[in-house]
Formats: sequence, C-alpha cells, structure tokens
Amino acid sequence: MALLEVRDLRVAFNTPDGVLEAVRGLSFDVDRGSTLAIVGESGSGKSVATQTITGLTSGARVSGSARFDGTELIGASSEVLRTIRGARIGMIFQDPLSSLHPYYTVGWQIVEMIRAHDRSVSTAAARRRAADLLGVVGIPHARTRIDDYPHQFSGGMRQRVMIAMAMALDPVLLIADEPTTALDVTVQAQVLAVMRRLQEDFGTAIILITHDLGVVAEMSDEVVVMYAGSAMERAARRTLFYANHHPYSEGLLGSLPARGGARDRLTPILGVPPSLIGLPAGCPFAPRCPYAFARCWSETPPLRMVFDDPAHTSACWLTTVLGDRESLRAARVQRELDQPRASTPAPRVEVGP
Amino acid sequence: MTEPLLRVEGLTKSFPVSSGSWRRDTAKVHAVDDVTLEIDAGETLGLVGETGCGKSTLARCMARLYDVTSGTVWFDGRDITHLDRREMRVVRRDVQMIFQDPYGSLNPRRRVGAIIGDPFVIHGTATGRELKTKVQDLMATVGLNPEHYNRFPAEFSGGQRQRIGVARALALRPKLVICDEPVSALDVSIQAQIINLLIDLQDEFSLTYLFITHDLSVVRHVSDRIAVMYLAKVVETAPTPALFSTTRHPYTRALLSALPVPDPDLADSREQIVLSGDLPTPTDPPSGCRFHTRCPKARQDCVATEPALRPVLGDTVEHPTACHHPLTIGEDLSLARPHIDAAQTVDDDAVPLGAAAPTEPGGESR
Repeated sequence: MALLEVRDLRVAFNTPDGVLEAVRGLSFDVDRGSTLAIVGESGSGKSVATQTITGLTSGARVSGSARFDGTELIGASSEVLRTIRGARIGMIFQDPLSSLHPYYTVGWQIVEMIRAHDRSVSTAAARRRAADLLGVVGIPHARTRIDDYPHQFSGGMRQRVMIAMAMALDPVLLIADEPTTALDVTVQAQVLAVMRRLQEDFGTAIILITHDLGVVAEMSDEVVVMYAGSAMERAARRTLFYANHHPYSEGLLGSLPARGGARDRLTPILGVPPSLIGLPAGCPFAPRCPYAFARCWSETPPLRMVFDDPAHTSACWLTTVLGDRESLRAARVQRELDQPRASTPAPRVEVGP
Repeated sequence: MTEPLLRVEGLTKSFPVSSGSWRRDTAKVHAVDDVTLEIDAGETLGLVGETGCGKSTLARCMARLYDVTSGTVWFDGRDITHLDRREMRVVRRDVQMIFQDPYGSLNPRRRVGAIIGDPFVIHGTATGRELKTKVQDLMATVGLNPEHYNRFPAEFSGGQRQRIGVARALALRPKLVICDEPVSALDVSIQAQIINLLIDLQDEFSLTYLFITHDLSVVRHVSDRIAVMYLAKVVETAPTPALFSTTRHPYTRALLSALPVPDPDLADSREQIVLSGDLPTPTDPPSGCRFHTRCPKARQDCVATEPALRPVLGDTVEHPTACHHPLTIGEDLSLARPHIDAAQTVDDDAVPLGAAAPTEPGGESR
C-alpha cells in the first residue's frame, strides 16, 4: 500500500468572478521512501493540491480522498490534522523568510515545534536536538547559530533551517513546495544535496513541487505533470523525459533551450493557459495542442495506461502510434490556415488575444 | 577590426552603506569593481552571475542610469561617461532596456498605446495619427494584437506584458538593447515564446543585445559571447562554445555543474561540484581572488594576490580568465581540495557538505 493515496481530489474557490476550480480530479500515489515530483506552470494547481491534503486551504470546497498511512485527511478534524502535520508530514515552502517568525531565534522556533507535538520532551533536550538538526542540514557552527534570528541567515541557510524544522520529528513524508526557486543555482545545488542525503539516511518520502524540469530530472523517481488543475501524465522519471505521451509534456520539454543548438528557434507551446473559471468541456490543453482533433474538444480524456506500461498513464485521446501525430498536426495547421482567427495580427502570432 | 559598439573600461560603481542612529555613511559597497568589457555591433553578449554579483548595476552604468564612480563608458566611438541629461537624451535613443518584471515596469494606470508611444512623445518623433500607426505597427511586430491599443497592462498576461516592454524598447529603433532578466519571471512555455521573439527581432532590426540572466541554459541559447561575474568582478569571458568546452575558471565550472539539466541520464552521470558556503558580502570582499573562500582549487597565492583577467593556458585573446590556477581540459574539479593556511576555513562543527565553509554571522548575501 502506498504511503499517500490521493483519489479524485477536487478543490474549488468562490471568487467574485465565479467558481474557480483550482484542482479538478487529481489522483496520485506516493510510495514510502520515494520522491514524486509534481511539475506544472503557475496556476496549474500543484501547490493548492498539496496544501489541501494537509488542511491548509481554508474556505475551499473540497471533495475526493487522500489516505495517508491509513488515515483519511480530507474532512479530518483539525485535531487529527494537527497531530499529522509537522510530526508525520513535514513541509518546506518557497520563501523561507516569510515562513520563519522574524521575532524569534531559529532555535526557539525548532524547540517550539518539537515540544508542541510532545510536551514530555524537555526544553533542554529539544534544544540539543535542534542543534543536531542544524548540523545535519549543513549549518556551520550550529551550536552558536541556534541563537541567531532568521534575518541573520542567508537565503540558502534559511532554507536549511526550514528543512531542519521540517525534519525535526522524523516525518515519513516531506512536502517541498518549490524549495529552491528563490535560490541561486550554486545554493540550490547545496539544498538539493541536503534533501537527497536526508532521504537516503531517514527514508523519508518526498513530494517535490516544482516548475523546473532540471530539478525534476535530478531529484525524482516518478513525475506527475499537471495542467489546469488535473494530471496530464504520470510516469517514471526516465519515461517522462525520453518516452512521454502527452502533448503538453512534449511541449514543456520542447520549449526548454536545448543543450547545444545555439540560436535555433525554440518550439514554444502556443497560446496561454486557460482561465480556471468556467472551463469548457473537453481536454483543457486542446486550445494549445498541435494535435487536437474533434474528440478533444467534446470529451475530457481520463488518465489511462499507455505503451502497455502500468506505471505510465496519460490523459490524452491520441493513440500510442506516434506516427499518427504528424498527420494530426498537419491537419490542424491546415484548419488554422483555412480559417484564421479574426482578431489576430498578421506577423508572428504566438499569443492569442 | 571595427570598433566595439559599447566599451567600458575600468568601470567601478560604489554605493554608500549607512548605518547607526545618524545614518552616517559608514562603508562603501563596490557593486562593480574595475570591469572592462566590450560589446560588438550585432552580437549578443550574455552576462551571468548569481544574485548580488553586480550584473544589473553594470548594465545600468552602461545605460548611464547610474553615474559611474570611476572608469569610462564608450558608446559608438564616443565617451558618454560624463554627458549631462540633455546630451544623454540623444544617446538614449540608441540604448534601451527591457526589464525583468513585466508587472512592475509598466504603469498600471496608463493604456498600452500610451506606454509604447512614450518614447515617440519624449523624443518628439511622432504625433497624432502617425503616432498611433507607429505604435500599432510595433504591437504587431512583437506579436500583440494592435486592436488592444486602449487596454491597460492588467488585461494582459505576463508573457504579453513582456511583449509590451519589448515594443517600448524598440520604438526608437535603438542600436543596443539591454535585456535585464527578460524571461526569468515567465513560465517555461511562455519563456520560449519571448526568446524566439528576441532572436527574430535581432535579425530583423540588426540589434545588439546585452543579455543579463542567472539562467545559464537561456544565456547559452541566445549569446555569442558570455561574461561571468562573481562579486563585482568579471572572472571569465569567452565565446559561448569555448566557455562550455574549455571552461577555465573554477567558478564558471561550478556554476555550470550546479545547473540542473532536464535530462535524467546526464543528470545521473555528470560531475557534480557542490560549492560550500554562501556568496561573501560585497561590502567586505575576500582578499586576493574573491572566489578563494569557496574555491575547491584555492592555494595560498589566491589569498594573497588578485589574479588579472587575461588569456591563460594558450587561450585566445577572446577568452580571458582571472585565475591563478585555471582548469585544464578534462580536469576533475570535484576531486580538488583547497590548500590554504587554516585560520580562514577551520570549522569545529560538523560540515557534511565539503571542506571549507566560510561563515559570516549576520552575512546578508541575498
């Protein structure tokens, strides 16, 4: 049994403009000790999904199920969630400065965290544990720096403090939401190395939320690609990069500056992501998909197995015969040429109105 | 050999740091320190480096948005270092900028047509109907719908806003466009659209670009030459292929190795150099070579003397490196260990991520 089983998770928010469906039927599993990367662009619902699982989206309309180690989290009472959050599921966020309290020393905050979950631990023991943790995540002079305030640490060091705090109670699952997005590349490499080592030493499962496909390639075991609130494709790491099925995955990888070919034109995904308010039927990616055909506009494709690989699912009506794609692409290009959209300017149109 | 379009020589820019209850200027931070760099007409020079290395300050000095502390800026054969506002206005037609934040760099209360039309109005080159036609032509050129002339910036997506910024920069047909992290705030699929647009426009209008970014994969894709900055200094400059094939400076190599590659097999097999420590603070830069506190190859002479930026190991003049112990081809930097007299690098706590970990209590490097 997987450590975390999420089934048909739906999250919607009421906004002045209508109901915003941030997550629309998301399902995934996380196995013990493995890393699942959830990748997607801004607004794809990747952060909302994990925040909902840990009960951090108040005011949202939530349905579906998320079973964590046998406990249902969706609809669980705040007492139940409080015993799980922090203790069994650790969390790190993108911006470590706004996640740490500026008025308290980092040591105080870690001690507070440990003792909030177990009052039987003495403050002195918790402090020793906090110092050890800071050492483990690679903060030099941990025993003196424990009394420093968050602003006295650099960005990379602050993220290490966050990791130390998230790992304080030996969680079995760590949710890392864009943990290195705010960091420089050399510091990012340090933080990723710390996460990798902690996973090896403690067997923690990790959900890594990111938009950076490079980080996915380096860190993950499995990958879920999200778009407009639902999973487009789920596959093992190498499968996703070398034998993906969904046109959105293909498009994401295609729009990266290639290693080598300088100054060649990139192949961006045309258009912009859809609004999540009143999304029409059919595949949400159809308006930007180079292969879209009639069925894509009328029926929403479910995640289904592709290439006879039980670990590889894709929400796309395309067959697995890749040769068919070229004729579909040609057909779509022909259609666009036949009926140019009225409001588009003549040269170099890449963004629709 | 023709003259470069832009040349800066010995450029230094320092800012005062004030502290204490009377906000007295107590120190100086050298954001750019003695930089000499050239940009040839028609080329794209990539400028890379981490947060706080001075790359944006250097660009702003080149555009004379900042007054330089010392050094000279030559543009198109003319010394523009000390031109006054009026004289600068003429030069500004030829030097334009595109900024990182497509939200912050457009006035939210003005219509797009007015924003893009501003350069024409300021320089008095078009009015009335002609102005509107010119603006709409520009909008079509950058892939915006000319009918959206009367919309506000908030009605556009991030990628489209960046197109507005590009249109405004191109309005007066500049010679040099300084792009300061133009795609960093955009999602990958949109990022590719803007990169394509910039490359197409360069071909169409024979533009020269200074392309500033921290993203090495982007800079590699667009640049003819790349300059790498570390703590206010240029440490290596080379034509793009040479920088990647014969990397000389250990910092450049570390930067390249830290970049996550979207290719699992390569990610698993390649050399990984994880630098220890953070960027030192530019108010009090390390002695000698500024990279010595984090460099795996640091030796005693690196602490003592600052290396000059010059070709090393038989490289061409196009490829200068500021390093006492440059890398040879195929050298494995991950095996190197620094050899410096203790004091600086001793660390009594557990430091699992490599040997030297300089610390700065209170060091704010970001």
